[in-house]
Amino acid sequence: MFKLRRFLKHYKKELILGPFFKLLEAIFELIVPLVMAQIIDKGIGNNDSDYVWKMSGLIVVLGICGLIFALTCQFFAAKCAYGFGTELRDALYKHINKFSHAEIDKFGTSSLITRITNDTVLAQNGVNMFIRLAVRAPFLIIGAAVMSMMLDLKLSIIFLIAAPIITLIIIWVMKKTVPMYKKIQKNLDKISLLTRENLDGVRVIRAFSKQEEEKKELIQESSKLSDNAVIAGKISAILNPITFMIMNLGIVAILWFGGIRVDTGYLTQGEITAFVNYMTQILLALVVLANLVVIFTKTASSASRINDIFDTQPSMTDGSDTKLDFNSPAVEFENVSFSYPDAGELSLNNISFTLKRGEILGIIGGTGSGKSTLANLVPRFYDTTSGNIKIFGKDIKKYSLEELRKLIGIVPQRTALFSGTIADNMRWAKPDATDEEITSALKIAQAWEFVSKLSDGIKTQISQGGKNLSGGQRQRLTIARALVGNPPIVILDDSMSALDYATDLALRKEIESKLQNTALIMISQRATTLQNADHILVLDDGSPVGFGIHESLLKNCEEYAEIYKSQMS
Amino acid sequence: MIKTLKRILKYTKPYKMHLLSAIFCALTGVVLSLFVPILIGKGVDVIISKGNVDFTALLKICIVIAGTVLISSLFQWITSLSTNKLSFNTVRDIRADYFEKLNSVPLKFIDNSSKGELIGRAVNDIETISDGLLQGFTQLFSGVVTILGTLVFMLSINIKIAILVVILTPISLFTAAIITKLSHDSFTEQSKLRGKMSSFTEEMVGNQKIVKGFSYEKRAEKTFSEINAQMGKSGVKAVFFSSMTNPTTRFVNGLIYAAVGTAGALSAIGALNFLGVITVGQLSSFLSYSNQYTKPFNEISGVITELQNAVASAERVFAVIDEPSEKSDSNKEILASCDGTLTMENVSFSYIPEKKLIQNFNLNVQSGQKIAIVGPTGCGKTTIINLLLKFYDINSGKIKISGKDTENITRSSLRSQFGMVLQDTWLFTGTVAENISYGRPDSSREQIIEAAKAVHAHSFIKRLPDGYDTLINEEGSGLSQGQKQLISIARIMLKDPPMLILDEATSSIDIRTEQRIQRAFEKIMKGKTSFIIAHRLSTIKNADVILVMKDGNVIEQGSHEQLIQQNGFYANLYSSQFAPV
Repeated sequence: MFKLRRFLKHYKKELILGPFFKLLEAIFELIVPLVMAQIIDKGIGNNDSDYVWKMSGLIVVLGICGLIFALTCQFFAAKCAYGFGTELRDALYKHINKFSHAEIDKFGTSSLITRITNDTVLAQNGVNMFIRLAVRAPFLIIGAAVMSMMLDLKLSIIFLIAAPIITLIIIWVMKKTVPMYKKIQKNLDKISLLTRENLDGVRVIRAFSKQEEEKKELIQESSKLSDNAVIAGKISAILNPITFMIMNLGIVAILWFGGIRVDTGYLTQGEITAFVNYMTQILLALVVLANLVVIFTKTASSASRINDIFDTQPSMTDGSDTKLDFNSPAVEFENVSFSYPDAGELSLNNISFTLKRGEILGIIGGTGSGKSTLANLVPRFYDTTSGNIKIFGKDIKKYSLEELRKLIGIVPQRTALFSGTIADNMRWAKPDATDEEITSALKIAQAWEFVSKLSDGIKTQISQGGKNLSGGQRQRLTIARALVGNPPIVILDDSMSALDYATDLALRKEIESKLQNTALIMISQRATTLQNADHILVLDDGSPVGFGIHESLLKNCEEYAEIYKSQMS
Repeated sequence: MIKTLKRILKYTKPYKMHLLSAIFCALTGVVLSLFVPILIGKGVDVIISKGNVDFTALLKICIVIAGTVLISSLFQWITSLSTNKLSFNTVRDIRADYFEKLNSVPLKFIDNSSKGELIGRAVNDIETISDGLLQGFTQLFSGVVTILGTLVFMLSINIKIAILVVILTPISLFTAAIITKLSHDSFTEQSKLRGKMSSFTEEMVGNQKIVKGFSYEKRAEKTFSEINAQMGKSGVKAVFFSSMTNPTTRFVNGLIYAAVGTAGALSAIGALNFLGVITVGQLSSFLSYSNQYTKPFNEISGVITELQNAVASAERVFAVIDEPSEKSDSNKEILASCDGTLTMENVSFSYIPEKKLIQNFNLNVQSGQKIAIVGPTGCGKTTIINLLLKFYDINSGKIKISGKDTENITRSSLRSQFGMVLQDTWLFTGTVAENISYGRPDSSREQIIEAAKAVHAHSFIKRLPDGYDTLINEEGSGLSQGQKQLISIARIMLKDPPMLILDEATSSIDIRTEQRIQRAFEKIMKGKTSFIIAHRLSTIKNADVILVMKDGNVIEQGSHEQLIQQNGFYANLYSSQFAPV
């Protein structure tokens, strides 16, 4: 939990002043019973009503000061806590952005999102409550204890007995509940995951009429959450009554032993009243503290989940070399092999090729043959297991990731668009792209034909995931998105599967004529799509089984010939 | 705000027992705890001065106090347990209703909502309600009882001073009310911004590969920072304003305390005769009461932040729960069997009224026919599926299946007649076997393997680390797009429905695998009506009827040969496939 304190560094002032003002308020609060004791002893004792009025006025003044101090504290607390929360979230999101795919797979998207949106709020609450209460409550306790010691040291031994007992109980409760709250946050992750799946799969779920089962699963997870919350609540429910009990038994002790002290003349009746008052004050402060403990245990469990993320370092390190040599081949694979983490088998086995600008490399192969994996290696989503990849003559590990990825336009298999206008989506690779650049990219991608028909043109809003467009339309937009800014290397990962043949054909013709200076990697299932490529790489189960041009492969590569024939029949 | 609170309270109805036990125990526990100051006061009264302490009386009083305290703590503990159960169960039910709604709203709602928002409400907003409820209930019960109880006790000691306290109380309530009202808007804004943030995070973290591919991180971080900063700013405002309540009420209570002290002291002196005479011990317990009496006000105002947060969140959750569900069809006929015929008569449909899509569409499908739907992308093919499976309701016309108007049969029985493989394959976290047996959860392992074998998925599944028990993770990583599709085809294979809808199902599968699947499909397609949305001519050529679609309408209809002869749009499309590049 304390690891996160670095996010408080901009709020040192608030962090110190907040509790300080709270402290002032608490001091004033402590004086009140003292003044009241004076009223009773001197005012009533001497039948002095002037004195009573004077002292009452003092109490009111103390109250006003207390109010001002308290408000100042609350302000600092809010500023500090929310400042802390904001910086924490920013840093957390930035850190997650540095993760490579391996780390994202490890945590899971849902859990990452819950940590950003939910755990940070719990941590923020912790800070807020800390400033507001954590100093005040212990201070009140210690202050009241000191005051009572000043009244009568012997009688105050009762405090010294009660305090450690309560401390032990608080520690016990914290120990028991922290793991419970971690479990609860995990339940939340699961609920988030299930809700996500439920929304993603809504058509399949309904087509199978499985709404009831889905609902049941969600509710079951939700019950698990509430069960765990009830268990955690059961443990922390002990805190309040036990504090109440111990402190009141303390008061009983004060009465009895106080009675003895008064009988022997060491104490007065008014002092006993003050003693009881202090004990009550301590009791109230302890109740606050007990509630604070519950908040802090939650904070602690969330903080440790947040720290899990900060403690995970991205497995990829950035290069910083920025010199480029555009005369070297655009993409070179030198004996590249790759296997996914935790998977024994090689997904790619000893791949080598060279691709110059203005050339097209076609990659073809069966399902799971490693085509997409190969495409993922070029922009360094994953690092190779062995062998090197060079771009413009330089090992890709020497580039900064940003520099490297700027050189590459990627069209992934899964079409994902983002909420915003079409133009917003088109400006992903190049934020300052002009409307003309966007239009020309849309034209190449054969998307202009439908975009121009939309009433708002490129200013048309796309809903999240592009749900207001058809699959083919989405695919053409994702192609256009990669072309904006004219990247020297373009990768099309089976990006034309949802296009009909006429569109597919027009798109290919357009790419060949407009992207003359681009190195193009085209992955496809269709032999006809790749027929005109300068090189065709045939993959089978991760291994290269053919490399060459269409005609030679037809003659020399059995697998390729088979694919081609099957498609032509 | 009150309306939302009332609605939340309605959810507590099934837990009346917990509610009653919470109220009863709070009552007993608190009333007993209120006796304590009186007893202490009595105790103080027998400790008068040196040599003047009545120890027999003191002992008795001490024993009574100890007993009262023990019993009171016990009841307080039970109160806590009950409120715990009450709030967590209530929240669970709200969440259940939320999920219930998500699974019964028309698809249109889900298609038009942000996924991140909907998830955010299920997770964050409902958690906020939970926090608010727990705090609210806990403080509310003991608070109200304490206020009433102390009042009675104070009245019993000295009516006039007690009345003074009662008169001063509304000031404290009044200030609390004003502040609460002032900060409500900030809280609504706060929870709105949280929704925005969930939605943004979901979109970006959910598509991290693309974010990275385009080096979009910096810009995403900027947008995130902007939302975050807004949230921080409005948060400071909301929390500060609402946290003003507590010190302010505390101040008002301080005034009350001073007033009681003054009045009490003066009457003890005898300076205020009309208040009556009061002993020092009574004053001591009176002061203690006035402290206890005002404490719940502090506590209630202390949880106001939580409560306001909870109400703002509840409003967002209830907004979803209030979405109209799909019309109930429980009174409609169940389509138990289906002969595979389907007709569409004058069907018109559009997503938005201004943009006409499908108009006066007619189709007559015989049992066992294969219908291929072709056309340029965006021509409305996916819409046909939305209509066939009644994901969306048609605007006018009739769709009949097995001679029965689909208007008159239940959605689930209609859908159970179809097997569908969609463009976007959907697998859930679970084992491969669980994913395949989704439509028939009671299938045996042999049946699952048989289905997988039939679609040629068995060989790659076998090679996965744990075979059929391999866990598919959230991102589905490790499986290729084609492999995912094979699994979802195996799913349909196992379900074996009388009608099939194949939506570009084979687009990411290589030709060799596709041909095997094709043969497998032909096997199960025998005697079954199937709608195939595909671009492959091999599939299309074998179709009985080809529907050629453009701009949401069917422009040509007929067999391959007929359409070629027509030399229209289809003939053009056909020739483009074999045209040399």
